[in-house]
Amino acid sequence: MDITFLLQLFINGLVVGSIYALVATGFVIIYKATGALNLAQGEFLMVGAYLCLNLLSKYQVPFWQAILITFAFAALLGAIIERVILRPLIGSHLISVIMVTLGLSSILKALIQLAYGTDTIPFPEVFPSAPVQIGPIPVSQGYLYAIGCVTVLVALLTSFFKYSKTGIAMRATASSQQVALSMGISVKKMFAISWAIAAIVSAMGGILLGTIRGGIDMSLSHMGLKVLPVVILGGLDSILGAIVGGLIIGILENFSGGYLDPLVGGGAKEVAPYIALILILMFKPYGLFGKKKIERV
Amino acid sequence: MLIISNAEVIYNRVILVLKGLSLHVPESKIVALLGANGAGKSTTLKAISGLLKSEDGEVSSGSLEFMGEQINNMDPEEIVRKGIFQVMEGRRVFEDLTIDENLDVGGHTRKDAAGFKRDKDLVYDYFPRLRERRNQLSGFLSGGEQQMLAIGRALMARPKLMLLDEPSLGIAPLLVQEIFELIKMINTEEKTTILLVEQNANIAFSICDHAYIIEGGRIAMSGTTEQMKSNSDVKEFYLGTGEGKEKKSYRDLKGYKRRKRWL
Repeated sequence: MDITFLLQLFINGLVVGSIYALVATGFVIIYKATGALNLAQGEFLMVGAYLCLNLLSKYQVPFWQAILITFAFAALLGAIIERVILRPLIGSHLISVIMVTLGLSSILKALIQLAYGTDTIPFPEVFPSAPVQIGPIPVSQGYLYAIGCVTVLVALLTSFFKYSKTGIAMRATASSQQVALSMGISVKKMFAISWAIAAIVSAMGGILLGTIRGGIDMSLSHMGLKVLPVVILGGLDSILGAIVGGLIIGILENFSGGYLDPLVGGGAKEVAPYIALILILMFKPYGLFGKKKIERV
Repeated sequence: MLIISNAEVIYNRVILVLKGLSLHVPESKIVALLGANGAGKSTTLKAISGLLKSEDGEVSSGSLEFMGEQINNMDPEEIVRKGIFQVMEGRRVFEDLTIDENLDVGGHTRKDAAGFKRDKDLVYDYFPRLRERRNQLSGFLSGGEQQMLAIGRALMARPKLMLLDEPSLGIAPLLVQEIFELIKMINTEEKTTILLVEQNANIAFSICDHAYIIEGGRIAMSGTTEQMKSNSDVKEFYLGTGEGKEKKSYRDLKGYKRRKRWL
C-alpha cells in the first residue's frame, strides 16, 4: 500500500472533517438549547460563504475583517430567524418546528439563487497557495489555515460554555428550561443566542469550504445533510461528539473515496458515512457521546 | 411583604385550581402552607414565582402583591429580579452541571461580583459537604445533598422571599431535620423571609411562625404555630395525635363530617 496516498487521504479527511465538526457543533448547540433540529444549517453555511465572497470580491474588504463582518451578520440573521420564525412556535409540536426549519432552508436557498444565480462563483484566493512539505507529502496552506481556524473557534466555544456566565446559563437551560426560568434566566434570550452561535459557526464552515474548493455554488447547502450523520454518530447533544464525529466521517469519506471507489466504480464516498451511521446506531443508539440520563444509585 | 388576596388560578383555561386563596407572609418570618395532595400548594408557589406560565396556567383574578407592587402574571425572570426565588419540588438541580456551576446559575441575576463571591463562600459554609465536592456533577449527589444544593442555589440570588416546595420530599428523616435547622438558620441570620410548602406538618411546625392550611384551592384555616398545634382537627388530621384512638367508621357520623371538611 502506498503510504503517501494514505496520508494524503487522511489529511484531506481531517480538513473536511474539521469543517463538518464545526457545522455539526452549530447543529448540536441548537438541539441542546431548544430541542429542535435545524435542517437549515447547510443554508446558514451557504449564506455565510456568499456574503463573505461578496465582501471580498466586490468591496475588497481584507479577509479577516470580512470574516468578522460575516460573523456579525450571521449572528444577527440567526437571532432574527429565532425571534421571528421560531419563537412563536415555542410549545408547539417538535415536528412542526422541524418542518419550519425545512421551509426556512428552501427560502434561504431560493434567496441566494435569486441574488447570485446558480453558477459556480470563484472564491478569491485568500491563503498563500504554495504547498508546505509535511514529511513526505505536500499539504496546501489553505488546509492548514482551515484546521487552525476550526481549532481556534472550537476552543473559543468550549471556554465560552465552560466559563462564561451566559454559557453556563445556556447549559442550564439545556438541562431544564423550567428550572432555568426559576433562576431568573431569560430562556428566550438563550434560544436567540444559540441560534446566533449556530449561524456563526456555519458561516465559518462555509467560508473555509469556499477557500478550499476555490469556488462556491448551490451544492454548499448539501453540507447540512452531510452533517446529519455526523451529529447522530457523535450523539445529538454532545459538542465533543460533534467534533469527533465530524473528523471520523471526514476521514472515512476520503478513505472510502480513495480505496473503495476504484473497486466499486465510484459513489462509495457518498454512501460510506451513512453506512457507518447505521452500524453505529445499531450498537450505540445514543451515538458515541450522547447523554444517557444520570441514574443515581 | 407578600399579600395574596382572592387569587384564582386556571390551568389550560379550564381547570380552576385556586378558588379565591388569600394569605399573608410578613417580613422576615417563616410561613408554612400545609395541605393534602392536589390542594393547590405548589400552584400557589408557582403563581407567586411566575412559573405557572410555563405550565399553561394563569392567575385569572385576585391580586398578588409583593412589597407594594402587583406581580400578577409577570415573567419569572422579572420576579426573580424583584427578590422572589422558588426552590422547586423534587430539588431539580442541573444534573449535568457541577455543584459550583449550579451555584453560579443560581446567582445569574446578580450584578455585584464581590457580593457574589462572598455569598458563594457563605453557601459553602452553610453546607460544607458541598464544598468538598464542588467540582463534581451534581447528578451524583444524594437526595439530601441535592436539596442542600437547591437551597444554596437559591441563596446565591440573595432573595428577599424564598419559596420552598416540600424540602422534605424523599429525604431520610435525619437529613430532613438537618435541612430544616438550616432553613431556620437562613431565616434568622440572612433575614430571608420564607414561605414553606409541606406535607410533613410536624417538621414544618418546628420552624414556622405562622401556618395556613389549604384545602381544595382555598385557605381552610390559619393561625400562629401555637394556635395550630393546639387545634384538635389539626392534631387529628395532620399530626396524628388526636384523641380518637379507636378505628374510624362511617357509623361515627360526626367524625366523618369533620374529616370531610378536611380532605
